[in-house]
Amino acid sequence: MRNAALAAALLAALVYPLLVPNYLITVGMLMFFTAFIGQSWNVSGGFAGQTSFGHAVFFGVGAYTSTILHVSYGWNPWLAWPVATAMGGLVGAGIAFLSFRAGLRGSYFALITLAFAEVFRIVANSAGFTRGGLGMLIKADSRFENFQFATPIAPYYLALALCLVSLAIAWWLTRSRFGARLVAIRENEDAARALGIDVFAEKVKVLTLSGAMCAAGGTFYAQKYLYIDPSIAFGIDKSVEMLLVTMVGGAGTIFGPLIGSIALTTINELTRNAASVFPALKNVQPLSLVVYGAMLILIVARLPDGFASLLKRRHA
Amino acid sequence: MLEVRELSKAFGGLKAVDKASLDVAEGEIVGLIGPNGAGKTTLFAAIAGFHTPDSGRIAFAGHDITGLAPHQVCAAGMVRTFQITQPFARISVRENIMVGAYFRTADRREAMHLAEAVAARVGMTSQLDRQGSDLTVAGRKRLELARALATRPRLLLLDEVMAGLNPTEIAEIVEVIREIRTAGVTILLIEHVMQAVTSLAERVYVLNQGRMIAEGTPAAIAENPEVVEAYLGHGAAKVLRA
Repeated sequence: MRNAALAAALLAALVYPLLVPNYLITVGMLMFFTAFIGQSWNVSGGFAGQTSFGHAVFFGVGAYTSTILHVSYGWNPWLAWPVATAMGGLVGAGIAFLSFRAGLRGSYFALITLAFAEVFRIVANSAGFTRGGLGMLIKADSRFENFQFATPIAPYYLALALCLVSLAIAWWLTRSRFGARLVAIRENEDAARALGIDVFAEKVKVLTLSGAMCAAGGTFYAQKYLYIDPSIAFGIDKSVEMLLVTMVGGAGTIFGPLIGSIALTTINELTRNAASVFPALKNVQPLSLVVYGAMLILIVARLPDGFASLLKRRHA
Repeated sequence: MLEVRELSKAFGGLKAVDKASLDVAEGEIVGLIGPNGAGKTTLFAAIAGFHTPDSGRIAFAGHDITGLAPHQVCAAGMVRTFQITQPFARISVRENIMVGAYFRTADRREAMHLAEAVAARVGMTSQLDRQGSDLTVAGRKRLELARALATRPRLLLLDEVMAGLNPTEIAEIVEVIREIRTAGVTILLIEHVMQAVTSLAERVYVLNQGRMIAEGTPAAIAENPEVVEAYLGHGAAKVLRA
């Protein structure tokens, strides 16, 4: 039953871009892409309980690494992609090493990640190799071998593939020893230590994985929009987006980030044009943030485990 | 099997444990008692690697384990439970125990079988699918025991697994602990429930204000005036004898 539903959903996702106009294909691409970077947050924030407010640091590292290699050193972006991914993993390991060695937990860890993202943003804003606040433009050359796309269909399928990979990673976490250890650490660090878990090592590992995933998303973003600057890459918006879709959908669940991303992307698209329908809303901009805020309050108060918990309840 | 020598641990100016020594031989059940605040849990935490001792030495199975991290102590074959139970609240009892079982195997199926076998040993089979947070006090205490047992330790450090239980539950868990020992696990337990200590432990250590004040069979300990005074106050032994 469950497998049939998943197969049907996958089939729908596969044929969807063949049936709808370009605008809706791009909306679909955004859903899967946001679900992907949301899942990168979910791996460390949801499964392992290491809440981060600064995941944009990995996103930005991925976007800048591939873009610098491509623009400044002439690398093919496809080749730069794995390097950017590895770089994200490295930064994840570094931040985890420094924060967890110092024993930071909970909100202290969240704040230090926010600080790291800000430091990276400021450095990118002032350093020469990132072209500072001007940002970096990737020369348009819409060929697939160039990791650029002439139609919205190709990036749609690529985002879908990324999303599927991230779902597979999340599924693996629910079935593996590594995942079980992460959940144990989230639920009770002291008990986890007593049961033989090297909490520090596991946390470094999970942030490495999460950072690598998120950086892969950064490269995809840069290649899709062909422009990045410090606030796009390292800004708080991306960090909040990843955290929000996961919280709304259900942190620590396989489908949470995807559900959250579908919900938030839909709201975003619906509210974008609301002012033209209801002129009274003209001064409330961006309206999507107002709706996000209201939604987050409702979720935290009424549905702390996110939308995914609704599905689970019906299953049980 | 376990040798603790002159172990001290201070928090600020307070000497929680002051040159305490104890020995546990393979196959024994040894009790550690003492009034509230005597330093029993601190001593346990230091043995299990949760606190680094200020001085002293801990040897386990012939190896010096002083200052090792908890996961290394666990790898050596010694595992502790918590007085204030620490269940993984939002996962099932089965998954809770599997975390311990995963210490010996990376295979999910094997960990699950091991967890279910351990659950049967502590009488939790019917509760395998309940959430950690849904358990009663007695259930949580059993879960502590089960998780620790699933790591297949050679020595179990049990911190007040009977506190808060009713007499029936105590009798049940005493039986479970006996069986665990019969299966070859050595046990060191902190306990306030004297009836349980007397019926389980072969030897008892008494800790008071961080110092080890007595050691012996439960019967001998109960007669020891210093122990009586530690619990009832200075001069109590004389009053009782009169």
